[in-house]
Amino acid sequence: MTLDRRQMIVAAGGAVAALALPRRLSAQDRGRVVVVGGGFGGATAARTLARLGHEVTLVERDATYVTCPFSNAVLGGFMELESLSFPLAGATLDGMRLIEDSAVDVDPEARTLTLAGGEVLEWDRLVLSPGVEFLYDALPGYDEAAAERMPHAWKAGPQTALLRAQLEAMADGGLVVIAPPANPFRCPPGPYERASLIAHYLTQAKPASKILILDAKETFSKQPLFQEAWARLYPGMIEFRPPSMGGRVIGVDPAAMTLQTEFGTVAAAVANVIPPQRAGAIAQVAGVRDETGWCPVSGVTFESDLVPGIHVIGDACAPGAMPKSAFSANAQAKVLAQALDALFRGEEPQSPRLINTCYSLAAPDFGFSVAGVYAEAEGKLTELADAGGLSALEAPAQDRAQEADYARSWYAATVREAFGG
Amino acid sequence: MRSLLVLLLCLAAGGAQAQVPPPGATMCSGCHGEGSILPLDDWTAAEIIAAMAGFKDGSRPATLMPRLAAGFSDEDITAIADWIAAGGMRHDTR
Repeated sequence: MTLDRRQMIVAAGGAVAALALPRRLSAQDRGRVVVVGGGFGGATAARTLARLGHEVTLVERDATYVTCPFSNAVLGGFMELESLSFPLAGATLDGMRLIEDSAVDVDPEARTLTLAGGEVLEWDRLVLSPGVEFLYDALPGYDEAAAERMPHAWKAGPQTALLRAQLEAMADGGLVVIAPPANPFRCPPGPYERASLIAHYLTQAKPASKILILDAKETFSKQPLFQEAWARLYPGMIEFRPPSMGGRVIGVDPAAMTLQTEFGTVAAAVANVIPPQRAGAIAQVAGVRDETGWCPVSGVTFESDLVPGIHVIGDACAPGAMPKSAFSANAQAKVLAQALDALFRGEEPQSPRLINTCYSLAAPDFGFSVAGVYAEAEGKLTELADAGGLSALEAPAQDRAQEADYARSWYAATVREAFGG
Repeated sequence: MRSLLVLLLCLAAGGAQAQVPPPGATMCSGCHGEGSILPLDDWTAAEIIAAMAGFKDGSRPATLMPRLAAGFSDEDITAIADWIAAGGMRHDTR
């Protein structure tokens, strides 16, 4: 067989197209997927499935998603909320429909999702990526109204702006209290990065001020790295008080700006109270949230253990060992998309390998990380013992600066993948 | 001419294989995708395999990658490297 020059160009074009273009699926292999929630999990899932050729509808209540990652840099005064905001219209691709509405009901038998606006969406597979809702009744005195005085700022947006404004208005010498919840919760190192970056701001603007962490747990994520950084960057400014030292908060009085602990009352100039959390409300409606407050799912397909056909990813899901992070949500979304694609084509989803990497900043040029590699064992994800772990202690400043650059690079790549941003 | 045809067919076959990423392959874009200061999409498979081997045996110091490379066998890494080199990480951003 020989080819003339023209045939060869056509053949070469075909080869390139096979690499670059989305695969053409036959009609029977094309799945209808409804994705609820346009955060790191949901937006990544919707876009990946659309690229694989499936029919995707993304349902999100808010027109713009504001990322929790780097929102502590807003509190630290070196980033703006606008730079963390992504209009979801910018995340849509061909074959993907975006609906700005709330999901209110799920019928797993009829395989439908009902929206607040009345529309009923049919699906072959439903993906829930609802993030967390706050357990406002878990802490006496704390509720949605109290969050206007003692912001949680654990969903980025107006709460972040409110906490930043309170820090700016505070007099020098004030006490900033951060009250993190018990595990598990969204972004385990987040409260301690927050303490660090608020200290970065206070050291420059209000150096007589103090930060007190009143914690519901004895130990926390990346603790040796944070405590090493605090001693080096902010000596004497940050105090961590675990329950054994009277740190557990048992009630708050927002009008008086006080927090009650088992050992007495603490008066705060600024109080950041982060309540306990559970999977977002639609998970309860769909019947996929259990008594733990989270959604047990397969570590291969992220399909609910409780309701077939419904998959849960991101902070809401409990697939095994992975922590609740934007990196995890994005990683789970990509594994889910490949698994659904296999199922729609009548193939067995492959046993996956997932990664989590969480960077934290202790200052704009001072970063470190925790990483984990996860594989499936008996249907759930387990962390590989020989991999992962923390950045080295006592690392040179250039390593910390490099990890801070890598943190920003992770953010740029991941928001591009999730939101097209 | 004949060898060129074989090459083109191999490219096409590689493209088809690239559409189902091996386990772990889609994780890379979280840090090394578009927008990253360390994009991987123009690396050859041999370059990726050599870098990962260096992370695993300590001859290539780095802040993070040794911790991740430890979670992948040589076979895992070869499959991922081939997928990336075949254009697997390149999104068609229509």
